[in-house]
Amino acid sequence: MERPLTRDIRPDGEPLGIGEYERAGGYGALRKTLREMTPSRVRDEVKASNLRGRGGAGFPTGAKWDFVPMGDDAPRPKYIIANSDEMEPGAFKDRLLMEGNPHQLIEGLIIGGYAIQADRAYVFLRWEYNRCAERIGRAIEEAYRQGYLGKNILGSGYSLEMRLHVSAGRYICGEETALLNALEGKRGIPRSKPPFPQLSGLWGKPAIVNNTETLSNLPHIIANGAAWFRGLSRCADGGTKIYGVSGRVMQPGSWELPLGTPIREILEEHAGGMKEGFSLRAIIPGGASTEFLLPEHLDVNMDYDSCQKAGSRLGTGTIIVLDDRTCPVGMVHNLIRFFARESCGWCTPCREGLAWLEKILRSLEEGDGQSGDMEILAANTLLLGPGHTFCALAPGAMEPLQSALGCFREDFERHVREKKCPWR
Amino acid sequence: MLTEVEKTKIQHEIDQSEYPRAACVEALRILQAHHGWVSDEDIRELAPLLGMTPDELDAVATFYPFIFRRPVGRHVILICDSVSCWVMGYESLLSRLNERLGISMGETTPDGRFTLLPVSCIGACDRAPAMMIDRDLHMDLDPEKLERLLEQYT
Repeated sequence: MERPLTRDIRPDGEPLGIGEYERAGGYGALRKTLREMTPSRVRDEVKASNLRGRGGAGFPTGAKWDFVPMGDDAPRPKYIIANSDEMEPGAFKDRLLMEGNPHQLIEGLIIGGYAIQADRAYVFLRWEYNRCAERIGRAIEEAYRQGYLGKNILGSGYSLEMRLHVSAGRYICGEETALLNALEGKRGIPRSKPPFPQLSGLWGKPAIVNNTETLSNLPHIIANGAAWFRGLSRCADGGTKIYGVSGRVMQPGSWELPLGTPIREILEEHAGGMKEGFSLRAIIPGGASTEFLLPEHLDVNMDYDSCQKAGSRLGTGTIIVLDDRTCPVGMVHNLIRFFARESCGWCTPCREGLAWLEKILRSLEEGDGQSGDMEILAANTLLLGPGHTFCALAPGAMEPLQSALGCFREDFERHVREKKCPWR
Repeated sequence: MLTEVEKTKIQHEIDQSEYPRAACVEALRILQAHHGWVSDEDIRELAPLLGMTPDELDAVATFYPFIFRRPVGRHVILICDSVSCWVMGYESLLSRLNERLGISMGETTPDGRFTLLPVSCIGACDRAPAMMIDRDLHMDLDPEKLERLLEQYT
């Protein structure tokens, strides 16, 4: 089984320096791009690879790029930005890629930049990932020294300047328009669309924001071709995926596997099944803002379409396990508390609604639940759903809540009836 | 008062940025590195260098949890309270911290040694529960390990 993203990552977790990266074939794809390919060829190749965004939303990468104005009269400068602000609860995949192989991300970012003829690139990184910051900062310097960045890269005539931006917290900064505001030195609150970032993104100029894992795939697509990339997966969308499992399993961790690997295989073969004394109650397949799936869904394949058909989303592909000795209401309370705290406060339903829901869930946990609480929770999953809020934060928060109300109805009712959390 | 060293560092950041205000987070961090936090006076002095009003700069400073607008202890404990850490024992870690340090979330010990704050998922879910103390990441924690860990931060 091929594992292009993690193949070169060393077992001790130390990052590949530029020399090691080059000896492993690194920057070969960039040389090929600059020597043999026009920007539109690169875009076509990525489109043909069926690469979809790995940050959570799953938008096709090539199609996203297609909205960027091209040609001599396109507005300048144009920007490409790595969204390395990984903060989805339960997700720990981008950290692995940045710590283990920072040059892979840098090379991907340069190739993506060439595809849209970007003039400037940013890596937008969360402050807490300070080890990534050191490694990416060093990788950018090394890439400049070797002539992979700066003016007239490898004599091709293409120029790209790259900078690392270290943020200072807030989940919402991972939302692409909030990220752009944050980069401009404003409060990181989302913008209304249109205009879309591809036309008016950073300082009014075209900008593309791609996830770390998405960008890290680009060197491999260019080096080996779209058909090879499509062949890596077990579904229509191309490539491998960094899957992760956390919770009470034998071996929590992350693994690069074909996109479309069944949930059961990830949980049992890779995570080693449940810890002794615990059994599996449910999972959240793709980070905090995805719906719960039950044991009956274990044969669902972890890809975009299959997860959606099962009533959830692939999201970040990092599974969180709920065991039978953990309170599902408490778990949902934890999730909603996170979203309430991370709400930027810009729109009313999100700012007020999440805080209200958090309070109700807390009261259930503390034994103060009321008989009408379930109805209030259910009604708000619609009021905070898509179309009622400025961005996707609150609708994302409603995904685990509304599915929990279905999956764990009896548990919610017991909290009200027994006036306590049965797990405490 | 900003020192000359701070001013030089901040100017360097501004020079590297496309627009002065784009350097504001980094500039705030430079001040925080020197004093541990960012005071009202810092905001008033820094804002014009960035072409911002003090209110604009404060709006950004107060937006971010890791720009401290109040004094913090010598060491800042950032305990991850997101879902995987919660499943794996966050609450017992927190109550041990509360007990041991005699402070609640958001407070500083009377001797100024520790400030306790929450942090959202720090991407260590496979080795939960986890926390950061200052810039160091600590994983696979339990209340006993926590006791020994705290001793390293004097």
